[in-house]
Amino acid sequence: MDKKVNYEKIERSAKSRDALRKAVIYALLAVWAIIVLFPFYWMVLTSVKSYGAYNAEAVPTFYTLSPTLENYKEAFTAVPLARYFLNTLIFTVVTTSIMMIVTVFAAFAFARLQFYGKNIAFIALLSLMMIPTELVLITNYVTITNLDLRNTFAGLILPSVASVFYIYLLKENFAQVPDELYYAAKVDNTSDMKYLFKVLLPICRPTLVTIAILKIIECWNSYLWPRLVADKETHYLVSNGIQVIRESGFGRENIPAMMAAVVAISLPLIALFLIFRKKIMTGVARGGMKG
Amino acid sequence: MKIVLQNLTKRFPNRNKSVREDVIAVNNFNFEIPDGKLIGLLGPSGCGKSTALNLLCGLLKPTTGKIFFGDDDVTGVPAEKRGVGFVFQNYALYPHLTVHENILFPLQNFKGKDKLSKEEMLRRAKEAAELVQISSLMERKPSELSGGQQQRVAIARALVKMPRILLLDEPLSNLDARLRLQTREEIRRIQRETKITTVFVTHDQDEAMSISDEIVVMKDGVVQQIGQPQYVYDHPANLFVAKFLGTPPINVFDGYVKGGRLFIGSENVMAAGCPDQNVSVGIRPEGFTLDKNGSITCRLSGVEVMGRDITVVSANSACEAASVRSIISAENLAAINGDTVRFSLKPDKVFLFNKETGAVIGCELN
Amino acid sequence: MDKKNMKGWLYLLPAIFFLGFFMVYPLIDVFIYSFEEGFNFVSQSHHGIGTYNFRYVLRDPYFMQALKNTFILVIITVPVSTGIALLISVGLSSIKAVRNLFQTVYFLPYVTNTLAVGLVFMILFKKTPYSDGLVNLLINWFGGESVDFIDGPYWAKMFVLCFYTVWIVMPFKILILTSALASVNPEYYKAAQVDGTSKSRTFFKITLPMISPTVFYLLITGFIGAFKSYSDSVALFGTDLNQAGMNTIVGYVYDMLYGDSGGYPSYASAAAVILFVIILTITCINLMIRKKHVHIQ
Repeated sequence: MDKKVNYEKIERSAKSRDALRKAVIYALLAVWAIIVLFPFYWMVLTSVKSYGAYNAEAVPTFYTLSPTLENYKEAFTAVPLARYFLNTLIFTVVTTSIMMIVTVFAAFAFARLQFYGKNIAFIALLSLMMIPTELVLITNYVTITNLDLRNTFAGLILPSVASVFYIYLLKENFAQVPDELYYAAKVDNTSDMKYLFKVLLPICRPTLVTIAILKIIECWNSYLWPRLVADKETHYLVSNGIQVIRESGFGRENIPAMMAAVVAISLPLIALFLIFRKKIMTGVARGGMKG
Repeated sequence: MKIVLQNLTKRFPNRNKSVREDVIAVNNFNFEIPDGKLIGLLGPSGCGKSTALNLLCGLLKPTTGKIFFGDDDVTGVPAEKRGVGFVFQNYALYPHLTVHENILFPLQNFKGKDKLSKEEMLRRAKEAAELVQISSLMERKPSELSGGQQQRVAIARALVKMPRILLLDEPLSNLDARLRLQTREEIRRIQRETKITTVFVTHDQDEAMSISDEIVVMKDGVVQQIGQPQYVYDHPANLFVAKFLGTPPINVFDGYVKGGRLFIGSENVMAAGCPDQNVSVGIRPEGFTLDKNGSITCRLSGVEVMGRDITVVSANSACEAASVRSIISAENLAAINGDTVRFSLKPDKVFLFNKETGAVIGCELN
Repeated sequence: MDKKNMKGWLYLLPAIFFLGFFMVYPLIDVFIYSFEEGFNFVSQSHHGIGTYNFRYVLRDPYFMQALKNTFILVIITVPVSTGIALLISVGLSSIKAVRNLFQTVYFLPYVTNTLAVGLVFMILFKKTPYSDGLVNLLINWFGGESVDFIDGPYWAKMFVLCFYTVWIVMPFKILILTSALASVNPEYYKAAQVDGTSKSRTFFKITLPMISPTVFYLLITGFIGAFKSYSDSVALFGTDLNQAGMNTIVGYVYDMLYGDSGGYPSYASAAAVILFVIILTITCINLMIRKKHVHIQ
């Protein structure tokens, strides 16, 4: 009889311990979610506070009752923010497109074609993966300067194209496609080029999309190289633009307008992310695990 | 340890969200497992046998009903407090630990007054390893073992904590045919030696019949029949059980009883002591005897020779399946010729089932 | 056969052009630069070969400051971010409700512009003559003194830098760890539960060993990433990092090359080579340890 009481107690304590554990976990997760989200909230909030109202706040307030879009107007008129957007868009689209073409051909060669020196070339490629881009920055800067390509799109784009990792990622994906498909195509007298575009690329579409999206994110946020080669407003990207806004501001320290610019710059990628959430997350996870 | 299952029911929300109705994985399961027996839970996949095992183990909580271990109501007790040993289908041996560490693992979990001394742990691990005959493999990693060896390690790990009940989920499904025979005898031997009440799940009727003290046949969450293997085979409770047990499977014919006689097709095969009705007639393959004056006639399709016996494959328009399989002694091989064969039937191998419900019809046949 | 040989290289041609011109050549060149003494940018000439550039860089107080900052950043942020990410991932894996929402939220910093969001952090932490900023407001609520995290004492600036770096690198780590946790066969957990294994023992004896390759991988990529950090620092403290005392190795390379203090590609190259040696060392240690210790399934 003793024992029976014992079992009921065990049952109850197990239940309450479980509930406590769940509560702690949710609390922990919620705290981190707040830490992540708060800066976003704060930038949106600040961007809709008027310049006067913001500067009058000795103690920051967590809400505003009179939101205004004035700052967005200021951000787009006082500095050529639209220009920066356009530059970034051109840079991102062109760089990503060229990168895709280069990557597809290289990955196809490594995955499917037989040629003399293939193994050595692939090992060379893999070892390039370990090279930090910061290391090659210096010479590239000198090269671009000597070619008189500073403050041109060519100067921005050309050194940003090469992406060893994506070639590797796509090659791995190509290699997973069964050999039989290639031989079947060969039997039907399909050219390599046709096989690549009509068979391989459609099959590997998910990886192509992943690579493209990752490259777009990378381009949109790139800072180091654009700052080196573009020192004129005409070729600033958004990252450089925001830095200039930070340093010289809008003639005066106009933080709400600055935040409006920040919101405008962050929005495209966040929108892209929310649309392609699954693709981006699995892509990053897959890319990350391989590395 | 005696185990009692009372009105045990487990419902799951339907995976297809548009269907509101729950899936009933186990439906009103009542069973008393006698102490120290080896029980086989048998059924096709999806019949709820694994769910039943998980309920016993405590990994799942029943929707309604109770589970008793001895006199203790353990229905709400979590798995870790039940003191059960569980051998998983894929063994779930920790790949980063050696065999020895794997076997020690459950013992190191004991806390408070149950805590064991180091020597005691080593002694028990050694005992368990000896019981399943893997003493020479103790320092290996699971990946360096064959499937059969991994199975033994998994059993040792389940037994080392001296569980009150041992549960095995499809213990032989990952082994090749030869190892299967050997391992099932091994399980029988270990169970006999330890006398631990053991329940195992399988979809293979051979496996269940060969080693169980009792088998439980399940279908769609409902227990169809419980009993000793030979009894269940000889006295199936319904058409499903009759079809599920036995290889080759039972032959089922359309038939009817009229005026105390059983008819298959248009042939009057034997006397039947039950009211007139349409029935399904199940005849075990070994229930046929080759007989020139036999009561049932089939078109001969072929003969499969198996040495000791032969299987006569024939066709009968009243048969549910395309062919009738009957097993007869090889001595009769010469007697089979021509286009047709005639059989007489052994009454104790013939069963009548209700056409609608499939339930067996208690009926004197001869 | 010969024709086929050519064809493979033909497909590789664009990649070879880009990689060769903008990666392999610069890679060789940077080592040459680093040993050319007294390189003149305008005349493109030098007057000797030797280790002077390295000696100069290693004696430069700005470089030593950058080196120190980078090391502190690495030593703090890598373990902290990996630890917190592990905690959060384990939490995420043990819940069902709103799990997707949490995962989406946690990933947001990955797709944001480091420079742009850095500005928000600066504003949150900055103390100006008009306002102490939001973080100081919180500190005051808990009875603390206001600190200027952006222009104030070194430890405060380092704190913000570390905090922001952790914030930025967390999405990647959480994502990788949750997928590693999801790939552990649930039967192991069931087996452990049946054996009455406590939650903490399950974690340390089963979960952690099984995901150890991933954790190790995150540590290594974390080290490499943190050694290369630069833009987080710029975002918070502006481009004049030497003056703020918050420069990093990459920042030093950059400043030597370009801007007001720039025009010294030799010194920049020497600093870059030092960075490369550090990263190469970590990679080698990585390969050595991985062979020996980490459990791979």
